[in-house]
Amino acid sequence: MSTRLEPSPVMVESAVSTGAASASPALPETAPVIFDIKGLNVYYRDFHAVADTDLDIHQNEITALIGPSGCGKSTVLRCLNRMNDLIDGARVEGKVLYHGIDLYGPAVDAVEVRRRIGMVFQKPNPFPKSIYENIVFGPKVAGWKANLDDLVEESLRRAALWDEVKDKLDNSALDLSGGQQQRLCIARAIATSPDVVLMDEPCSALDPIATYRIETLMRELKERYTIVVVTHNMQQAARVSDRTAFFSVNVGENGQRTGRLVEYDFTDQVFTAPSLKETEDYITGRFG
Amino acid sequence: MGRNMLDTSVSLDLSGDRRRLRRERTIRWLFLSAGVFTILVSVAIVLSLVGEAVTFLQSIASEIDEGLGSLIADGWFPRRDRFDLRTIIWHTLAVSIIAMLVATPLGLGAAVYLSEYAKPGVRRVLKPVLEILAGIPSVVLGYFALRFITPDILRNLWDGTQQSNLMAAGIGVGILIIPLVSSVSEDAMQAVPRALREASYGLGAKKWHTSLRVVFPAALSGIVASLILGLSRAIGETMVVAIAAGATGGSLLQLNPLYGGQTMTGAMASLAIGSDQVAGGVAAFQSLFFVGLLLFLMTLVLNIGSERLVRRFRQRY
Repeated sequence: MSTRLEPSPVMVESAVSTGAASASPALPETAPVIFDIKGLNVYYRDFHAVADTDLDIHQNEITALIGPSGCGKSTVLRCLNRMNDLIDGARVEGKVLYHGIDLYGPAVDAVEVRRRIGMVFQKPNPFPKSIYENIVFGPKVAGWKANLDDLVEESLRRAALWDEVKDKLDNSALDLSGGQQQRLCIARAIATSPDVVLMDEPCSALDPIATYRIETLMRELKERYTIVVVTHNMQQAARVSDRTAFFSVNVGENGQRTGRLVEYDFTDQVFTAPSLKETEDYITGRFG
Repeated sequence: MGRNMLDTSVSLDLSGDRRRLRRERTIRWLFLSAGVFTILVSVAIVLSLVGEAVTFLQSIASEIDEGLGSLIADGWFPRRDRFDLRTIIWHTLAVSIIAMLVATPLGLGAAVYLSEYAKPGVRRVLKPVLEILAGIPSVVLGYFALRFITPDILRNLWDGTQQSNLMAAGIGVGILIIPLVSSVSEDAMQAVPRALREASYGLGAKKWHTSLRVVFPAALSGIVASLILGLSRAIGETMVVAIAAGATGGSLLQLNPLYGGQTMTGAMASLAIGSDQVAGGVAAFQSLFFVGLLLFLMTLVLNIGSERLVRRFRQRY
């Protein structure tokens, strides 16, 4: 995985303007914090899914959430754009500060949150509409009136899909391959100009080549967006992410499985010199 | 056989248990005959309709003064050999249109509410209640239309409303088909994958956007099907119109829905029961089959049309 795409002019420009470094090892320790999660506890009715988690997400970085099944990494991800609101009986305690504003504060509208914090799901889920309509859905529900043709092209270009679909924008999105559908979902997510893109195992339904393209795309996208990705794939976390958060499961006396964050550091650090034996066992495949 | 349980030698008799095979054959035969019986009954009904309908057309062509002109004579008075089809077809359409105007907004509104808005607890209570409405005998709704909708609602709105009128019948039929429309379209909306809703919410869509722009179009084929089922039911509904639309003995073409009039089904019912009862052999009796055949053809065309529409609107997901 040593191949790197030539940076596009857009990328260079934004890299200069944001001052973000492009290579992981030279990552500035001081990248601004976008999310500051403090004492997060999530419950589904009586079930305690995530306990006492503190986590900082930094701007223009890719943060990977890893860990065994049921460790709560997807749950934490879904707290970042309040998708857990859609689940009946879900309850969130603690603070999720986004640019210093508590997303679970009383005056915050989840709809506004989700317009700024986009999401890409495990299985590609394009609407059964045309490619064009998929892209403009978000801007339209947000009430944008501007010329959307340019927006469609720009979004598809950023998602590295434009050249493949530019002649068939009116075709059904469902005619695309799985990998193309997932890139369309990424294009759709960035069409609303979010500043964060959440990805919930975005490659788990894709073949290795499609996965490689998405990973390349993620590295391009982080020049403009902050990315948080949940993955089951250790190599993927090692390849694409700047920081890695390792979640683990505690089995309580009543058999309840509660997830918690146990190790969080720069990805290089986590994968080469993890501070916990548990992390090392997991990433080397002796566990989970 | 007396074979040792642990004997590992393999028996090569693969012909199977005779009794089991015979039982399989018997069961298969039973189900087959049930299916064939249903088809035969349907064919017999259609044939009897066609036979009597042809006899009816022949008899009015040869025996009745105005011949086939009596099919567009003044009003529907079968005992006086006046068989104006426009009268009863129009009345049927008027009742069906009114019924759909009632059932479409209420049925679809209820479906969207139940599927997208109602909390699971509310849904668990409301859905069965709606289905109880489907279990109300149509004769009860007929009296409800006659004794409540006409005197307490329509007469308060429009003074000249007749005791029996097409409007009350249409509203009654509409209420009757609300549960059908709402439960079929609610099932269609529930079948829309959760992933599509999440995609919509994830893009910052509000609930009504998600319901109307994502769930509704994805469920459109089922929704269209529910409306056509409702329309077929409205056209064929008999008891409510027989009681609330009135006009025994026949009726004149009535354009005003606040006046009484016979629908196709109402005409058939009044020929078959009560003081209007007619016996075999006369044209009035055979007209009943002719109208029945027309009704059958109308619902057949609707069902075939709905198949096409549903296929055209179907969104894969």
